[in-house]
Amino acid sequence: MISIVNYGMGNIRSVQGALDYLGFENRLITTPEEVFESEKLILPGVGSFAAAMQNIRRLGLFEPLNEMVKGRGVPVLGICLGMQLLVEVGTEDGPSSGFGWIRGRVERFRFDDSALKIPHIGFNTARFVPRDESIFAGLGEQADFYFVHSYRMLCERDEDVTAWVDYGEPVVAAVQRENVYGTQFHPEKSQSNGLRVLRNFGAVRVLAGIGA
Amino acid sequence: MLKIRLLFTLLLQQGNYMLSRNFRLQSVGDLNWLKDYYDFDAIAFSIDELVVLNVERGTKDVAGFARHLSELVQNCFVPLAAGGGIRSLDDAFMLLNAGADRLVVNTPLVRQPQLVKELISTFGSQCVVASIDYKRRDESTEVFIADGGETTNWTVEEAARNAEDLGVGEIYLTCMDLDGTGQGYDLKTIRRIAETVRVPVIASGGVGKFGQLADGIERAGVLAVSTAHLFNFMADGLIEARSHMKERGIDMAEWDIRFNEEIVGALQS
Repeated sequence: MISIVNYGMGNIRSVQGALDYLGFENRLITTPEEVFESEKLILPGVGSFAAAMQNIRRLGLFEPLNEMVKGRGVPVLGICLGMQLLVEVGTEDGPSSGFGWIRGRVERFRFDDSALKIPHIGFNTARFVPRDESIFAGLGEQADFYFVHSYRMLCERDEDVTAWVDYGEPVVAAVQRENVYGTQFHPEKSQSNGLRVLRNFGAVRVLAGIGA
Repeated sequence: MLKIRLLFTLLLQQGNYMLSRNFRLQSVGDLNWLKDYYDFDAIAFSIDELVVLNVERGTKDVAGFARHLSELVQNCFVPLAAGGGIRSLDDAFMLLNAGADRLVVNTPLVRQPQLVKELISTFGSQCVVASIDYKRRDESTEVFIADGGETTNWTVEEAARNAEDLGVGEIYLTCMDLDGTGQGYDLKTIRRIAETVRVPVIASGGVGKFGQLADGIERAGVLAVSTAHLFNFMADGLIEARSHMKERGIDMAEWDIRFNEEIVGALQS
């Protein structure tokens, strides 16, 4: 069972639709109790970093999520804004703190070259960093995914980055550290390439003794 | 490298898909027609983004539109921009909860700039697309709102600057004179705007043939082109359009649709 955390930042149904299509049992969750019952979590999200963290705290989900992911090792996949929330500091609408499971910060794109538009919108090629186990299995060395973002993640540790995309500079397209996964792109909106990523995340082993 | 995008736009009016010519609408079929006869789910695998606009005239039923939308995109794993009738934050939530990734606004750009700002501060600038409809006037242009029914006395430049100042993430630019004519895009105006604004521009209005999509990319300087012409791109039309663009050397995203067949096959067995 995959729990999709619904903290009021849109784009929930598309993720659920993709999981349904792939045949993964899933549910939308909004309460701390439901977080504690989760075997696997997806943090979707569209919107601003500050508003998202505010919603998560207001719903009382910050501590439960932190306990499950950090304390108990439950696999979590952050998508787009959801990936950005994995870091320590966001700067959208003023500085605010994220979960801090990945070391880094989130900052707006800054280009001197006016030919590069902000936001970065559209399909772009993510180059995978070779790893023994990866949610990019079956996709070769690179694949095209749908990106839509004005802010990008800056990782402190390069080894956390599992995929790069070029947009004016090498941009973090995906991260993983132990049970924490994130994709800047939208797998649920990236045609069959994204479905494959979600299927791989669905197949990530769940730790024994976790969940309901 | 950022890929070039091929968008398909569906025009919806109270449950019916419409063909538009100079913003005059003609009903073509309902959701069953689109899914069964038009084979929409398969067609969706040949585009980079879907745009669905509620073109119902007058006051629009956003809740009904949202319900229809979620049914439409059930097996569709492509970005979705939706709009038409967004007049409040609640309307926006309804569309996002129905599966939309981005919101398309037109009339609020002029009448409710505060709402546009609120949408941007709530969902981010990447989430808001400004749809600008215009007619050509001698050497100038005239921008319309309310489904092309009302003039603003703005030129496209003025409307684009307004949208950019409000903070939208993209501009969807439609030439009403060419809409549905099959004569191709208004390359001149689109190019001028694409060169002026910092946000990406989607070319819309006028495409009837494959080559005109590629013309938009090569000659109007945009990274995204759209067509709303249901009939010119029936059956394998969009798949062929995509191949044609690739043959012209345009860098398009690649994916393997056999994976989906594999999934569907595995689930059915």
